[in-house]
Amino acid sequence: MTTAALPMNDVPFEIAGREFRSRLMVGTGKYRSNEEMLAAIEASGAEVVTVAVRRVDLNRANDEGMLHHLDPEQYFLLANTAGCYSADEAVRYARLARAAGFNEWIKLEVIGDEETLLPDVAGLLEATKLLADEGFKVMAYTNDDLITALRLEEAGAVAVMPLASPIGSGLGLLNPHAIRTIKRRLSVPVIVDAGVGCATDACAAMEQGVDGILMNTGIAAASNPVRMARAMKLAVEAGRASFLSGRMPRRETAMPSSPLEGMLD
Amino acid sequence: MSQQSVADDTVSLTVNGEERELPAGSSVADLLRAHQLDPRMVVVEHNREILRDRDSYPRVTLRGGDVVEIVHFVGGG
Repeated sequence: MTTAALPMNDVPFEIAGREFRSRLMVGTGKYRSNEEMLAAIEASGAEVVTVAVRRVDLNRANDEGMLHHLDPEQYFLLANTAGCYSADEAVRYARLARAAGFNEWIKLEVIGDEETLLPDVAGLLEATKLLADEGFKVMAYTNDDLITALRLEEAGAVAVMPLASPIGSGLGLLNPHAIRTIKRRLSVPVIVDAGVGCATDACAAMEQGVDGILMNTGIAAASNPVRMARAMKLAVEAGRASFLSGRMPRRETAMPSSPLEGMLD
Repeated sequence: MSQQSVADDTVSLTVNGEERELPAGSSVADLLRAHQLDPRMVVVEHNREILRDRDSYPRVTLRGGDVVEIVHFVGGG
């Protein structure tokens, strides 16, 4: 089984001047075991993997930290601010993540609501400005609203990450038009983040022309995460190639594929 | 627990949200060692100030009432 590294005539996948080898980024949460997580990440072909910042549990054996499992030489560790509900809190987590010493990139989340995990747009913009001023490379998780996406770009985000649907929902791409519009209007890369449930969703998201996808639950919560990781890898490649190929025009009526001439009497 | 029960040669501080007793004069490096934590695997925040330089851990002395957070990377999306 071979797949080309890049679909023909594709441009390199670059964010803030750094080139990444895969348009698929994956999370490390919710796996049943570390072995399964590592196998799934490997199968996904992802280079960028996200991690969260949390307290060390002082009452348990210290074998739960991601750095015991993930090789920072092999993967680009992208820390998130998941679970933060204010700009100040997100900035604190981002600074802690940077102090770990790997890079100055942050997947910024400022959550506004527990049930939907939708972003607090005001807090998100504030934190993006603060962190960009401190030299962070901010990849901002946001909703599929164009104006917010534009403001995030103005605030200094190096990538904008609109959701396909709510985090962990697996509801797929709910508003392709909104995603397409954001991609069309922004200069920075657009990475769809959250809501992808199966390969169809990943492919459909890439077909909107976005630069990449970040997913976690879609792989981790599949019955067979390793197999799903491979499906997602292929779907992202297929969706990208499909987008670059330029789809045929839609028609309301049928048009035969076979010649009308040469039919028997 | 009353303050009187705390011996003079220990200090009481908050580590990751829990009260801990440490020998007086303990450093951040001592605290990590007591919990078998590899300094390269964690980040320490001392009274809301991130200790960016891990080489400084042996020189940072912990005092009564200090608030310490020790964090690391865990699985997340």
